[in-house]
Amino acid sequence: MTEALRTPMDPADETGTANAAPARDLFSKFDALIAEREALLDSGVRDPFGLVMEKVLSPTLAIVKGRETILLGTYNYMGMTFDPDVIEAGRQALTDFGSGTTGSRVLNGTYQGHKEVEEALKDYYGTAHAMVFSTGYQANLGLMSTIAGKEDYIILDADSHASIYDGCALGSAQIVRFRHNNVEDLEKRLKRLPPEGGRLVVLEGVYSMLGDIAPLKEMVEVSRRHGAMIAVDEAHGMGFFGANGRGVFEEAGVEDQVDFVVGTFSKSVGTVGGFIVSNHPKFEVLRLVCRPYVFTASLPPSVVATAATSIRKLKHAGNKRAHLWENSKRLHQGLRDLGFTLATPEAQSAILAVLLPDQDITVRMWQALLEAGVYVNMARPPATPAGMYLLRCSLCAEHSSEQVGDILAMFESAGKAIGYLS
Amino acid sequence: MTDEDTMAKISGLIEPFNRKGVALTPATSFARDLEWDSLTVMDFVAAVEDEFDITITMNMQAEIETVGQLVDAVEQLRNDG
Repeated sequence: MTEALRTPMDPADETGTANAAPARDLFSKFDALIAEREALLDSGVRDPFGLVMEKVLSPTLAIVKGRETILLGTYNYMGMTFDPDVIEAGRQALTDFGSGTTGSRVLNGTYQGHKEVEEALKDYYGTAHAMVFSTGYQANLGLMSTIAGKEDYIILDADSHASIYDGCALGSAQIVRFRHNNVEDLEKRLKRLPPEGGRLVVLEGVYSMLGDIAPLKEMVEVSRRHGAMIAVDEAHGMGFFGANGRGVFEEAGVEDQVDFVVGTFSKSVGTVGGFIVSNHPKFEVLRLVCRPYVFTASLPPSVVATAATSIRKLKHAGNKRAHLWENSKRLHQGLRDLGFTLATPEAQSAILAVLLPDQDITVRMWQALLEAGVYVNMARPPATPAGMYLLRCSLCAEHSSEQVGDILAMFESAGKAIGYLS
Repeated sequence: MTDEDTMAKISGLIEPFNRKGVALTPATSFARDLEWDSLTVMDFVAAVEDEFDITITMNMQAEIETVGQLVDAVEQLRNDG
């Protein structure tokens, strides 16, 4: 076997030292990142990417380093993680079906619960088909890599989530990007495409870094007019946009124009998993050809049971939706009043991104907030657009009005403590 | 349009992103010499696409490392279109 793999260029053949040490450590490409990280931690700050939750008390409270901390960076928008019905469903499934399926959806890994959660999704979205993946990341990997072939085009927003880009990289389609949320730029690129080959435009309802929403009505109209199929990722829109909580595409009134909606169980639904829903008559064939669906184990029975129960409850969560919007608008206004710069002029979603000038201020502010008793996400390039440093806050319908007041007070004291606010 | 015209136009489009004032030749590398990150590449590619009314897919971008390779690719795309 080694003989077959050898090539005429194999240095081992020339030197005769097959066991010599490798000429170059493959890890050396990470040296700059390792040095930057060490310099940051040497300055005495805590590691923003190494936080541990010792206990989780509720959707909005955890113990971090022995201290009760308000959670403001969890995407747990609807606070379903501690819902008693959801927990009971998971407990029952764990007892009845065991801890895991140990198999692929297409072999031994489809239990009653996987069909039930797909039924719950079809009912929630009013679609003919629903396909559940083991994570939201895999749902995007699966769709992008499978639905468009070498002759086809995927047209995506430049700020698309990593899972969309990675799905494109896994597949063989031609990839074209347009400037973030720019309808005119999208149309220009659609017009330039050759007539042959299929087209899929990929959009997101809410963009998770800045919390801004897409002009879906206009983008969907332009995409349709140029003969494209449309996929909308509603990972951050499910639960509280639209009359039924389906997402931004529902609120934009384009439900009948969208071919695929991709979503996740790890945000509003409150567990883990991903899905695609669609009305396309041939949709079910994806179960046979989609590698990130076929070549991985399915979700554990307890997870699909909690997801199904949560989705059924989300359908009737109108009051929670209203409270989440109230919280988001109040925090946005309050942070602006304190003198912080936010990524959007008003709250467009339950994600509020506080823009800060550089890494040093951002890390110190993050740490000061944690010490004051509130956890937010720190985000930095290359995950952020346009080289931004930001503290990303995501609200929960279970945050009380009092907690929102406490959060604002903590932002004020932290901002003053590091000298950012005067 | 000749290669020289294309080179001149592309040089003009590079200018706003050429922070270090690197002298441009066909061998100039976007990553190594101009030190562009992926965000800058995105903005620049969009500008080139709009200037020449062409589509430069991400698949093609992966093969283009130098200014000269970009000039050739733009010429090719213009002739195909």
